[in-house]
Amino acid sequence: MTDYRQKYQMTPVIGWLMNDRGGMILLGILIAAAILVPASNLLLPESSAFHVPTWMVSLLGKYLCYALLALSVDLIWGFCGILSLGHGAFFALGGYAMGMYLMRQIGDRGVYGDPILPDFMVFLNWQELPWYWYGFDMFWFAIVMAMFVPGLLAFVFGFLAFRSRVTGVYLSIITQAMTYALLLAFFRNDMGFGGNNGLTDFKDLLGYSLQSDGTRAGLFVASCVFLGICYTVARGITQSRLGKVLIAIRDAESRVRFTGYRVEYYKLFVFTVSAVMAGIAGALYVPQVGIINPGEFAPALSIEIVIWVAVGGRGTLYGAVLGAFIVNYAKTFFTGAMPDFWLFFLGGLFIAVTLFLPKGVIGAIPAFGSADRQSIITTWRKRRANQGGKA
Amino acid sequence: MSEAAVQMNASDEEQVKSAKSETILYVDGVSVTFDGFRALNNLSFYVEPGELRAIIGPNGAGKTTMMDIITGKTRPDTGDVLFKSEIDLTKMDEAEIANLGIGRKFQKPTVFESHTVFDNLLLACSGGRGVFQALFHRLSDAEKIKIEKALVTIMLEDKRDEMAANLSHGQKQWLEIGMLLMQEPELLLVDEPVAGMTDSETEETAKLLRSISKEYSVVVVEHDMEFVRDLDCKVTVLHEGSVLAEGRLDHVQNDPRVIEVYLGR
Repeated sequence: MTDYRQKYQMTPVIGWLMNDRGGMILLGILIAAAILVPASNLLLPESSAFHVPTWMVSLLGKYLCYALLALSVDLIWGFCGILSLGHGAFFALGGYAMGMYLMRQIGDRGVYGDPILPDFMVFLNWQELPWYWYGFDMFWFAIVMAMFVPGLLAFVFGFLAFRSRVTGVYLSIITQAMTYALLLAFFRNDMGFGGNNGLTDFKDLLGYSLQSDGTRAGLFVASCVFLGICYTVARGITQSRLGKVLIAIRDAESRVRFTGYRVEYYKLFVFTVSAVMAGIAGALYVPQVGIINPGEFAPALSIEIVIWVAVGGRGTLYGAVLGAFIVNYAKTFFTGAMPDFWLFFLGGLFIAVTLFLPKGVIGAIPAFGSADRQSIITTWRKRRANQGGKA
Repeated sequence: MSEAAVQMNASDEEQVKSAKSETILYVDGVSVTFDGFRALNNLSFYVEPGELRAIIGPNGAGKTTMMDIITGKTRPDTGDVLFKSEIDLTKMDEAEIANLGIGRKFQKPTVFESHTVFDNLLLACSGGRGVFQALFHRLSDAEKIKIEKALVTIMLEDKRDEMAANLSHGQKQWLEIGMLLMQEPELLLVDEPVAGMTDSETEETAKLLRSISKEYSVVVVEHDMEFVRDLDCKVTVLHEGSVLAEGRLDHVQNDPRVIEVYLGR
């Protein structure tokens, strides 16, 4: 412990990465995957046993986006106790920002051949582009918006909620309401986001065809890189004094207040950072799946994210990544093999994890079930018992 | 009005003024009502700088509500609460009041259980409370020394790297007191510090509070008469939201009204 602190003093970044076995493994896997998967897809012949087919590259890329989304939820839920059941909203907004850029990239190749207006606007007899579509013909602008819009929404929403000291289940419910409200809004045709059908029929990104193997491999690499960067940022936040304050807020919010910290600012900061990460995940997701529609705002989807984190093991960051991969792989498998069975499996999984693996899959691996993690769980149990006692 | 009367009024006012200017905490005419229940009823008392004060009273006397009002958790309906004779506490929130130098210890020990003892003290350490200050904060030598000193004061130097969750009840209480000291407060409010403690822990805690009160003003709310006797200080008795008696413990204990309130129920 003393050792660690000395190391931390000298070289903070390397210090907290070195002390993070799970994180080192995760970053190692990401780097390896970012090199090996595209290489085998592009360089090896299809007949080779080691050839990764393009559909697999895209599928893995999609999982990586989900993993980043799970990471963003773990950052607020695992470390600050903010249970957001509306994070799908930030993901979808990021996705829409990217989708708008991809729509503008279509140009005059649409069904109606209008050089400016996307097909759905021509279909609705719109004469000109709405003001909020301006700028989305530029890639950098779309990327900035994919982070800025979710961040701004989280900032405003968080400011109002945290200032009024909305916590616990009440906060979870209003995050659900938020994503549901957005779902309804984006369904409307006159919102100008393609209504029910959303945005699709994308052609290319930065001039590269989205159908080509090279672009898909590139998106996969980008997903690995952004997951790695966001993991490092999240780890940095949780290891700083700010991260310690967040954990303190999770465990004893009023004590933090009476110690002189403005709890609402801390929550606002981490909530906004988390929303930006979710937005990045959405922006990476859309070009890989080729569509964004209001379905991504569905409240059930946001709840599913929380299940990914719980399955992997909350409060570890890398656990969330693992959970996203496990649950989504299971989803791919079950919806293919036994479509009717999937929701039962998901519900059963959540119950089983809550009952038998309160620390998630990561917590069941002895090497990762550290003292720190154990104490988190005991704290939560105690707090729940205390709350029960009070009521 | 005769001249003499005017003069008297003036001197009265002066007296009040001087009383105010000598207080660290000045509570005057505070009333608060929750759903028709009068928790505090025209409560007035003051604490001098460097004083150790015990506040006792039966359940429901308004002790905790009083703490809530001083620390900004509850707003009074009427009355004044002044810190250092001039700062109006009724208009501020918890964090502002904490940063002014008023530390509060809860009835139930409240520490950050998933942090080590050392980190608990670090988080309480006085200094920048801003989000970005915290993000880029590096542990300084001065802070380290301060924390080590506090560890000795609260008798937990061998537990520095222990998770706070693993401490005994009494040790948690001490840790919380240590966290208050790290805030470098001028006034400490301590709510039932020995509830659930063993006898020896209670004695140690009395010693700890007495030594702390050499440097800071301390207000202790307590039920335990033995402990209050150990504190050896001025006592204020609360009953139904107002002050019933004030003075040394022996004096207060012989007050017939106090006897009635404590024994008559």
